Amino acid sequence: MAGGSSIDVLGQFELHPVLGGLGEALRFSQSPLYMLVAVCLVLAFLYFGMRPAAVVPGRFQAAAEVAYEFIRNMAVDTIGPEGAAFFPFIFTLFFFILAGNYIGLLPFSFTFTSHIAVTLALALLVFLLSVIVSLKVQGFRFFAHFMPAGASLALAPLLIPIEILSFLSRPVSLSIRLFANMVAGHVMFDIFASFVVMLAGFGVVGDVFAIGPIAINMALVALELLVGVLQAYVFAILTCIYLREAVAH
Amino acid sequence: MGKESDESFSKRLEAAERRSGLEKKDEKASAAEGDEKSLPALALRAGTEMISALVVGVAVGWGLDHWFHTRAIFLIIFALLGGSAGVLNVWRLVKPPQI
Repeated sequence: MAGGSSIDVLGQFELHPVLGGLGEALRFSQSPLYMLVAVCLVLAFLYFGMRPAAVVPGRFQAAAEVAYEFIRNMAVDTIGPEGAAFFPFIFTLFFFILAGNYIGLLPFSFTFTSHIAVTLALALLVFLLSVIVSLKVQGFRFFAHFMPAGASLALAPLLIPIEILSFLSRPVSLSIRLFANMVAGHVMFDIFASFVVMLAGFGVVGDVFAIGPIAINMALVALELLVGVLQAYVFAILTCIYLREAVAH
Repeated sequence: MGKESDESFSKRLEAAERRSGLEKKDEKASAAEGDEKSLPALALRAGTEMISALVVGVAVGWGLDHWFHTRAIFLIIFALLGGSAGVLNVWRLVKPPQI
């Protein structure tokens, strides 16, 4: 958080041990703590949402059903009939990221999706899954994708490394996109919030002008709500697209 | 459980939907590709695609140099290849669907 007149926008992303001595011993920081919170929230949402199991759903159950259908349609429409097999994975991924993005918007909380270690781990999981599925479905024909059809053989030494690098850049771009969006949003929050603190030092005039950054921060919260769901959606839909390419014969 | 029961379930569901006049519209065909339609979002995505390919190229080149104890030859080659791969990524992102 911003302290005094200096702006420390990146301090909010620092990891500290939590839960006292036990956390200290286990090197347990906010990041895994909020991951656990996110997982528990998603599980509680589904469990308490679906517990009534009513034919005519209440609001909570309707929300859980909409969530289920939304991801299921996305998986089956994008990947094809084989997508049903990957639906649990995509559902988990989407709601884990969405919960992480939204928990980070609460004051005094921590956004675990703002660390490249977390997003890269998620992206590598997706990448390895798609490679394994490709190798299983297509066998060695998978490697033929690295040579564009119709290109002359003389260009192969140039084209194949470029295609391989383009393929390898997928998890990197997937992780950078989520991480950069979350970091940028939270840095902007901090910058505008520290403007308020700085302006408060200028007396009455400053108090009046401080309304500006506060209004901007309120608009930013709305924007971040949109960005949070959009980035989770983009992560999930790109996972679907990569898996579609993997299961295509 | 399995594919067959899944298929027969979706068939029965379809039949039930037809009976009750709840036919599904086919509007989701383009939803997969049209995830980021707005221009700033597209620009941001193109930027990350380019940067990430370059990062991967530099990382691979640096790693090969380290491995073969050469100085910068692989780094130079793979940085150029990574840049090309970034351009290729952006082209795949913005190209018209037919080509």
